[in-house]
Amino acid sequence: MDLFEYQGKQFFAEYGMPISPGKIAFTVEEAVSAAEELGAPVMVKAQVHTGGRGKAGGVKFAPDLEAVREHATNILGLDIKGHIVGRVWIEKASDIADEYYASFTLDRSAKKHLGMLSKEGGVEIEAVAETNPEAIAKIWIDPVDGLTKEACKEWVAAASLPSEAEEGTFDILMKLYKAYTEGDADLVEINPLILTPEGKVHVLDAKVTLDGNSQFRHEDYTQYDETQTRDERETAAHAKGLQYVGLEGNVGVIANGAGLAMSTVDVINQVGGTPANFLDIGGGANADVMAGALEVINNDPNVKAIFINIFGGITRGEEVATGILEAMQRVQITSPIVIRLDGTNADEGREILEPNLSDKLLMEPTMLGAARKAVELVS
Amino acid sequence: MSIFADENTKVIYQGLTGSQGSYYGRLNRDYGTQVVAGTHPKKGGTEFEGLPIYSNVAEAVESTGATASCIFIPAAGVKDAVIEAAEGGVTFIVAITEGVPAHDEAFFFNHLKRDFPDVRLLGPNCPGIISPGKCNIGITAGHIAKSGGPVGIVSRSGTLTYQALYELKQKDIGVTTCVGIGGDPVPGTSFIDCLQAFEEDPETKAVMMIGEIGGSAEEEAADFIKENMSKPVTSYIAGVTAPPGKKMGHAGAIVSGGKGTAQAKMEALESAGVKVGQNPTEAGELMAEIVASF
Repeated sequence: MDLFEYQGKQFFAEYGMPISPGKIAFTVEEAVSAAEELGAPVMVKAQVHTGGRGKAGGVKFAPDLEAVREHATNILGLDIKGHIVGRVWIEKASDIADEYYASFTLDRSAKKHLGMLSKEGGVEIEAVAETNPEAIAKIWIDPVDGLTKEACKEWVAAASLPSEAEEGTFDILMKLYKAYTEGDADLVEINPLILTPEGKVHVLDAKVTLDGNSQFRHEDYTQYDETQTRDERETAAHAKGLQYVGLEGNVGVIANGAGLAMSTVDVINQVGGTPANFLDIGGGANADVMAGALEVINNDPNVKAIFINIFGGITRGEEVATGILEAMQRVQITSPIVIRLDGTNADEGREILEPNLSDKLLMEPTMLGAARKAVELVS
Repeated sequence: MSIFADENTKVIYQGLTGSQGSYYGRLNRDYGTQVVAGTHPKKGGTEFEGLPIYSNVAEAVESTGATASCIFIPAAGVKDAVIEAAEGGVTFIVAITEGVPAHDEAFFFNHLKRDFPDVRLLGPNCPGIISPGKCNIGITAGHIAKSGGPVGIVSRSGTLTYQALYELKQKDIGVTTCVGIGGDPVPGTSFIDCLQAFEEDPETKAVMMIGEIGGSAEEEAADFIKENMSKPVTSYIAGVTAPPGKKMGHAGAIVSGGKGTAQAKMEALESAGVKVGQNPTEAGELMAEIVASF
């Protein structure tokens, strides 16, 4: 789950990190009155789940209310890498003496938490990593031990920040690590972390990705779930608890398991077709889930044929078969369906489907064969 | 031979009385796995389908001599269940559950590594392990696997594990052991752990490795294969056409910052001498050619 910058900042503030006062605005009028309340000068910042906002003209300095009106008008509705700006964060402008970078994420190779701190902030960290890797001080943290004060001090020293920034940075890093672990984040990133002319270290941007799997212990995360960027199809699928990613093609895909679903998308491409989506109905999917998945695919106007690729493990063949038939009764499925069914209780499933086969419901014994058939039905 | 589990492995099921645990516990027992007991914190002393239920793993181990545990506990309880199993004295833990938070996985991975170095964890979010004809611990449909070797399988994706077994069975090729390591960010057992075990197993003559986009586990496996494997390896990587920045279901399956692409993984494997198929069927065909040459 990706958080907007302002959500990230509010999340950080709960852990005591210093952020600038600000307000969220959905309209130009709200932006102007927010700026009035905060007092100019302010920053007008597009809230989108993607980087490169500044370059795209989504972050502007406004010395007065007139400028706020102008920038908010331009930024709201702006398309940044396919993300349409629907809200702007109006924040009290800060004076900047120096810019740093700080983050925590999970290093999957080392299987430990990785902290990165750099005195080269405000630019893309990937670029720093490439051109000047020594400028990034790294620390690997064993999750069992956590980040100790001693280790954190050494780490800050290794980053060679100006001495007046060290204490404030140390304080923020300890809090950032707490937010990262207690909050079950995949990523927490501050870029830039700034030093003000008055010598205060301050959070100027926030990038936070939370682990959706941790929602059982974070009831309040539903608020972030509601603000994820999804197209209409993805929203409908998500409401049914399906793992769905919209693609551009015309062969609808339903599979069980992320790997098989990815592979199905690949194979459709390989036989000359174009997949309309990635859809994983997950493990243990029952008739209801299958019916829901078919509804989502059926509502995509681009879809001309549907390939259901099921290899039962925890998913049972007869449940899948029943689900398909139920869905076909519940909704008018417009495109022909090609099914490939194997694995747990596949024979039972095939038996259920057999008497219902037609030119709208076909069965193929192999994955490649079924993909070819589905692509053939499109043309 | 087989790796990690065979016909002598005695297995406890944590969560045996739940709906998934009872269903697969029964299937695993029917397959021939030595399912010896279940655990439930409140049902100790009772019986379930002829199997004794103990309050915890330690009691179950003491009474049955079990060496393995299979976890069918909901995600919120997996961290405690894994630690309970390790402390309880089993040396092989198979965690099937999906949706376990990454921070929990990182915690118990490092806890086990430091305090229980002899314990092997497989998963979470994996289909388990099957040594065809000997034992099946997890959710794989047993009938799709042919026993007897000479091929070992290791896979990061559940359903593609089944696909791999199926492709080989279609070609009448047997499997020594098939390990589903799972698609989560911190898998307890890695590709390399399995490759090494297969390299050391005299009955395994070749290995099929199924990977997917995201992370660098396949690249690390490629380095290992280049340096340490004498046995031939075929592979398939899922997600060749996955759009960057989109999470494809598995927590691990995402291409970000240009890293973790299928292309990069396939190239790394090919340069290590691995024969890489464009789809599971092709990977199976490549394996059939290798087996035919033995």
